[in-house]
Amino acid sequence: MSFLQQALAIAGKDLRSEVRSKETVNASLSFALVILLLFSFAFDPGSEETHEIAGGLLWLVFAFAGTLILNRSFARELVNDCLDALISSPASGAQLFLGKCLANYVLLMIVECVCLPIFVIFYDARWPRQGWLLFVVMLLGTWGITVIGTLFSAMTVNLRLRELMLPTLIYPMLIPALMGAIQLSTVLMAGEPLGADNLIWFKLLVGFDLIFTILAVALVEIVLVG
Amino acid sequence: MRLKIMLVLAVLSGVILAWNLHTMFLRVPDELNQGAIFRIIYFHVPSAITSFTGFFFAMFASVAYLASKNLRFDAIAASINEVSLAFATITLITGSLWGRIAWGIWWTWDARLTSYFVCWLLYVGYLMLRRAIDDPTTRARLCAVLSIFACADIVIVWKSIEWFRTQHPGPVLSIRNGGGMAPGMEAPIWWNLLALLMLSAVLIMMRTRQDAMQREIESLRRYAHAF
Amino acid sequence: MTAVVIDGVWKFYGDFPALKDISFNVDGGACLALLGRNGAGKTTLLRMLAGLSKAAKGNISILGGDARAEKTRARIGVLGHGIGVYEELSAFENLRLFARLYGIENPRQVAMEWLERTGLERVSDGLVREFSRGMRQRLAVARAFLHNPSLLLLDEPFTALDDRAIAVLQGLLKGALAEGRTIIMSTHQLREALELATDVALINRGQLAFRGERSREMLEDPGWLYRHYGEA
Repeated sequence: MSFLQQALAIAGKDLRSEVRSKETVNASLSFALVILLLFSFAFDPGSEETHEIAGGLLWLVFAFAGTLILNRSFARELVNDCLDALISSPASGAQLFLGKCLANYVLLMIVECVCLPIFVIFYDARWPRQGWLLFVVMLLGTWGITVIGTLFSAMTVNLRLRELMLPTLIYPMLIPALMGAIQLSTVLMAGEPLGADNLIWFKLLVGFDLIFTILAVALVEIVLVG
Repeated sequence: MRLKIMLVLAVLSGVILAWNLHTMFLRVPDELNQGAIFRIIYFHVPSAITSFTGFFFAMFASVAYLASKNLRFDAIAASINEVSLAFATITLITGSLWGRIAWGIWWTWDARLTSYFVCWLLYVGYLMLRRAIDDPTTRARLCAVLSIFACADIVIVWKSIEWFRTQHPGPVLSIRNGGGMAPGMEAPIWWNLLALLMLSAVLIMMRTRQDAMQREIESLRRYAHAF
Repeated sequence: MTAVVIDGVWKFYGDFPALKDISFNVDGGACLALLGRNGAGKTTLLRMLAGLSKAAKGNISILGGDARAEKTRARIGVLGHGIGVYEELSAFENLRLFARLYGIENPRQVAMEWLERTGLERVSDGLVREFSRGMRQRLAVARAFLHNPSLLLLDEPFTALDDRAIAVLQGLLKGALAEGRTIIMSTHQLREALELATDVALINRGQLAFRGERSREMLEDPGWLYRHYGEA
């Protein structure tokens, strides 16, 4: 079995589990909708100022709702000591980690793709002219959130205060990725084309994703086994 | 021996700080625009530098732990982070006071302050993780990994916030506001930096010793329970 | 042929040694009953053998390789306290997943085969969360055995098993021993374990108190070992 096949087997297992129970995606989506509602009290939807910060609001929703999915990622392995069964199998820590990342990525993208049109409707935002570029930004930004979140999910899996620790640890870490994604999304949702001076944010996102993916894959074995 | 080193460093740092206080209040004149409060810079900047470099030293200690599995390195990393957090808090408070008195604002989201606040949050996260884990070996291992991530992140955060804030410029609180400091006025900053670094070393050594004693007590307790 | 070599192994909890200088061997084809009171260090040792944690000091060599090496793990079957199967997946899906992870050529076929061997073929598509306790335990056994491991590590396997599950497990273990596989089993169920065991090791407060062959006296009087080598 190749490296990828075993990672995909684990990703498939997570996704199949989620499709059957639907508990995480439902919770995440509900939470996202609640946040959108709360934001509508804090910021006047439809006003010009809100349009200017649309990108920021969108990614805050993604980041908060995403934490629910990421928290569950390794927590679901504690039932029946399945985590031990996985670690003692020939699958390496890296395969385990990447498999879970892939599954989380898919789930996060699903939640985000559902939230985006709802956001556009609720906040009377303009649908970006270059929609596909916004999708690329979502792909890049979400991978950053997924990689950091999945690794820290592994780190905090056995802690009492897991639900509390995960957000506390990952949000400061995610600031560069969120900043890049927010910048690009705000520009795109304002309907403006991405200029050369925005290229730097793409570079930031790609750099962030690369650096932390490598770091996470290198250190995950230490986190899981010791 | 260790105690002697700590004593020497503490005394030296005390002497330098005292001497600097003398220089600050009696020799250096009030700054043109800011008045007396300007002197806070002599603590603010060295504090900032001391705490910011803490990340990197803590990362080295963490890597040393992962390579050697010696819990002393973990104690060093934790102590560095604790002391750095203390200095980071001092930096934020002195900076805030300075900003209020000199420019009328308690806080602003310029590049430096924002990055620094993230730095502070990462330290707090590290210490929270430490408290959440009971088993010393697991704690050392996970905190070491976190330390490495935090160090990588702070480098990226610093650069990216600089880019971010240049797109949305806000008031920039710079120590060189008003066009540079006269050469004579800069020296106390570096002397204070030296003093604070020595003070940090003393505090870190104390804290590491405390940690070693804590571990010994815990293991003695375990022995006691086992019999 | 020595299957397992444990050499000078220490494990610390901070500065407190949970395992102190443990050294012993297990020959291929042997069945070792690992005995000791709760908290003695049996589970800690088994977890290290299973590749779930690392020794602070000392060496562990399993089937000639490091415990964490991929090739080694592919030849080890582990049955811990938890059943190690997923509630939201069916029995078949669970076994197929682990067959894939263990690099088996034809995972579906092997999964079905083991469902039959453990008497679960009729519920192969049932989700584990609907299973009774006995069925879960049989599925756990299937998961541990399906890749034909050369070494089986069992942590208190007979605990809370119903009689049907005990019979299945004992049958499988006897069969495994007949095929020349090695078994290390920690247990409190002295009778069932000592019937199967060829060797015995007793861990007391993190140290190896006894290591030898399983004798008649031990079988006839399961408490014999504790009285002679354990602490009062």
